[in-house]
Amino acid sequence: MLSDAIRSELRAIVGEKNCLDRQEALVAYSYDATPMQQALPDVVVMPQTTQEVQKVVQVAARHQIPIVTRGAGSNLCGGTVPVGGGIVLTLHRMNQIVEIDEQNLTITVQPGVRTVDIHQAVEARGLFYPPDPGSMVISTIGGNIALNSGGLRGLKYGTTKDYVLGLEAVLPNGEVIRTGGKLMKDVAGYDLTKLLVGSEGTLAIITEAILKLIPKPTTQRVMLAMYADMEQAARSVSDIIANRIIPGTLEFLDQGTIRVVEDFKQIGLPTDVAAILLIGQDGEAELVDRDMERIAAICQKNQAVQIKVATTPEEAEEVMTARRSALAALSRMRPTTILEDATVPRAQIAPMVAAIQEITNRFGLNICTFGHAGDGNLHPTCMTDARNHEEIERVEHAFEEIFAAAIDLGGTITGEHGVGIVKAPYLEWKVGAAGIEVMKGIKHAFDPHNLLNPGKMFAKESRNRVVVNRA
Amino acid sequence: MLKEALQQKLDYEELANCMRCGFCQPACPTFRETGYEAASPRGRIALMKAVADGVMEPDKDFVDQMNLCLGCRACEPVCPAGVPYGQLIEQTREAIEQEQDHPWYIRMARKTAFTHLFPHQRRLNRLGGLLGFYQRSGLQTAVRKLGVLNILPKQLKEMEAIMPDASSKGLSERMGATVIPAVGESKQRVGMFHGCIMDVLFQETNVNTVRLLAEAGYEVVIAPGQVCCGALHAHSGEREAARSLARKNIEAFQQAKVDLIISNAGGCGALLQEYDHLLHDDPDWHEQAKWFASRVKDVSEVLAPSVEPEAWDELPQRVTYQSSCHLRNGMKVTKEPVSLLQSIPGATYVALREGDRCCGSAGIYNLVQPEMSGNLLNEKMEHVKATQADILVTSNPGCLLQMKAGIKRAGLEDRMEAVHLVDLLARVSNQSEMSSK
Repeated sequence: MLSDAIRSELRAIVGEKNCLDRQEALVAYSYDATPMQQALPDVVVMPQTTQEVQKVVQVAARHQIPIVTRGAGSNLCGGTVPVGGGIVLTLHRMNQIVEIDEQNLTITVQPGVRTVDIHQAVEARGLFYPPDPGSMVISTIGGNIALNSGGLRGLKYGTTKDYVLGLEAVLPNGEVIRTGGKLMKDVAGYDLTKLLVGSEGTLAIITEAILKLIPKPTTQRVMLAMYADMEQAARSVSDIIANRIIPGTLEFLDQGTIRVVEDFKQIGLPTDVAAILLIGQDGEAELVDRDMERIAAICQKNQAVQIKVATTPEEAEEVMTARRSALAALSRMRPTTILEDATVPRAQIAPMVAAIQEITNRFGLNICTFGHAGDGNLHPTCMTDARNHEEIERVEHAFEEIFAAAIDLGGTITGEHGVGIVKAPYLEWKVGAAGIEVMKGIKHAFDPHNLLNPGKMFAKESRNRVVVNRA
Repeated sequence: MLKEALQQKLDYEELANCMRCGFCQPACPTFRETGYEAASPRGRIALMKAVADGVMEPDKDFVDQMNLCLGCRACEPVCPAGVPYGQLIEQTREAIEQEQDHPWYIRMARKTAFTHLFPHQRRLNRLGGLLGFYQRSGLQTAVRKLGVLNILPKQLKEMEAIMPDASSKGLSERMGATVIPAVGESKQRVGMFHGCIMDVLFQETNVNTVRLLAEAGYEVVIAPGQVCCGALHAHSGEREAARSLARKNIEAFQQAKVDLIISNAGGCGALLQEYDHLLHDDPDWHEQAKWFASRVKDVSEVLAPSVEPEAWDELPQRVTYQSSCHLRNGMKVTKEPVSLLQSIPGATYVALREGDRCCGSAGIYNLVQPEMSGNLLNEKMEHVKATQADILVTSNPGCLLQMKAGIKRAGLEDRMEAVHLVDLLARVSNQSEMSSK
């Protein structure tokens, strides 16, 4: 519990109405978008400037109070659940776009700006910020940077890490650092910018960011290709890439997802196909047209049973609906929806989907898979009920095996959601004991007293690696 | 105890269906104003669930937060999991109301309005007569001159200023019949739901609705015995009263043997369409409530495919549309009002930026939450101004009053008017009272 003296110190920094410890506020900041994770903070603090953040951190450091930095609370790894109590530092009031620099092609933003607002602001000037995580209508850029968010455009354009050029951040000792800058080249010392991207609020509090922009593609087109066999869909993906085409979008839905989407939306998807690919290209009109033709030919060659190329914006919208509705359709099935993000090299998608299917059947669960086929980032999504403890236990075991399968195929336990609380027990599977040690060393260098987002990234105990004999 | 009342009334299954993705937040007006998690649908559901789980006491902050919700339901269409937030907030308000200890004057005002006034159309019309007397006898002018109104809060004063002329007669009395035959062969027999406030303050709109429907080939029955829909009751936590009104309406329209039930107020229509849910635990009425709910349509849904705009007058003006929240989010009617406006010859339809966002009227919200409502209205009027429209169209009486007040507040009275969709259609198709005289 925080003493009254500490509370009034915090109040003095941000003002009475931006320092809340009434019950309502504590409950409202006790969760994020992660199922089954909740813990009450002691106080919610809402600063508006870097100086205020600095002063709050100084108070926390002096009294050894944990700080959990929060944007929109839309993450799926429990990253902003205050498991150790303390301060939830919510940055929604730091929501200004500081500058769009058309000479250097950069945008400078405060952490509380919504991702979608960045898109709109730069696209109005013919510029483009490609990372488009599924939650971009609510997520803040600070959260995207802290979790190195991905999205649908990862294959062609990369993820958040590829667009962060510089950061301002408050260290756990209250010092402010500035890393990088409006620079495409900068090798002065360790790359602290990249280190902070994806550090999940465990190393420093990001208070400003310089992001790289690129020219906005002039044309976009999309198509659907449907397959009777998952293998053929996977081969189409590999063939497209092997033919030196990098599509702007390359998404896939498995049969379970297709059935649920069709049931929910009735958009005329054939429910007897094993997989649907949603393929999009963007760029100059003639190049896009040429690529779309070549992609269609490749899908044809791989026995696609049906190919639907959108020729009008309305048709494109229809085609996109299938993928966009996936989460909504799945989440209506049961009360609890667990959306995972096991990721494999793209050539391993077919075996990974088969492994997920086999595990799902063996545990008697309902898991559908959709995701970013182009970059191997899959979203096996489990429809369950958090109140059914026996079932939840099976879900946990199934996901353990799914993570293990991903690693066996050269993949990772999380492609874009982050480690947070929920993946912490499995981190060692991916990075090894030595990897964990060096990461802990980095954490100690930044935050020796473990004040920033404690309980995340590093589990008290790693899970024993499951060994499964797959015949 | 409020806690027990909430635990008993809240639908726990639906609370559990919220997966906390937060996709509701950009749609929520109070979240956008405050940025405060608790003032969002996800936050409010988390608070309800915390109370239901016994983790939190429903204290004053809890009650205030629930009252700050407009009930616009803009969160519902964007919810991936399909959580019926509108029902959850009403269940919460019902529990709060049941346990609330209002001061005597609020108790009296609520009792007067909810028990003695709204359920009785005759009394409302009589009150309308008094209001009409006030407006037309010179008393209104005198009262305004004397500055008596200065004792009223700003919002009430604004409302007094834009109050339309009230009517003391009922709709069928005014039309001279309860059944109005279709022009030409009748497509269907439709029941006109005239509403309570609508029939006193906006009877013109009701008359126009009946005429447009008849002209479009529908036989219209002004079902006798119909009463207030109960929306104001339900939104204010008086669900039991709403249920009793629902039963009366179901009976009235079943006796009238109608194929469809037509509403011209989004706020009423949305509740009428949910009578099946309202009466879901009443075994004697549930089936009949389903019969009723499945027949409810907004007037625009029926008119859009049946009107003949070729015969309409030219309207060389700019027209914009502020949607009624419950028409859009409750009844899910979005395209028809716009397509009707776009079909008016000579008119230029300009989309209103954020025309899908609540105007801040929200039943009696503008009177009980003047600050939030005022902020929303000011933002709304900025967007309205930018359209440079001559006519601002809405589809619900509360929104219409709020838009009229907004136009006055923004000083736009000289170049813009707020009109109900039906009245504009009546104007261009020569069906309105004014043009037929």
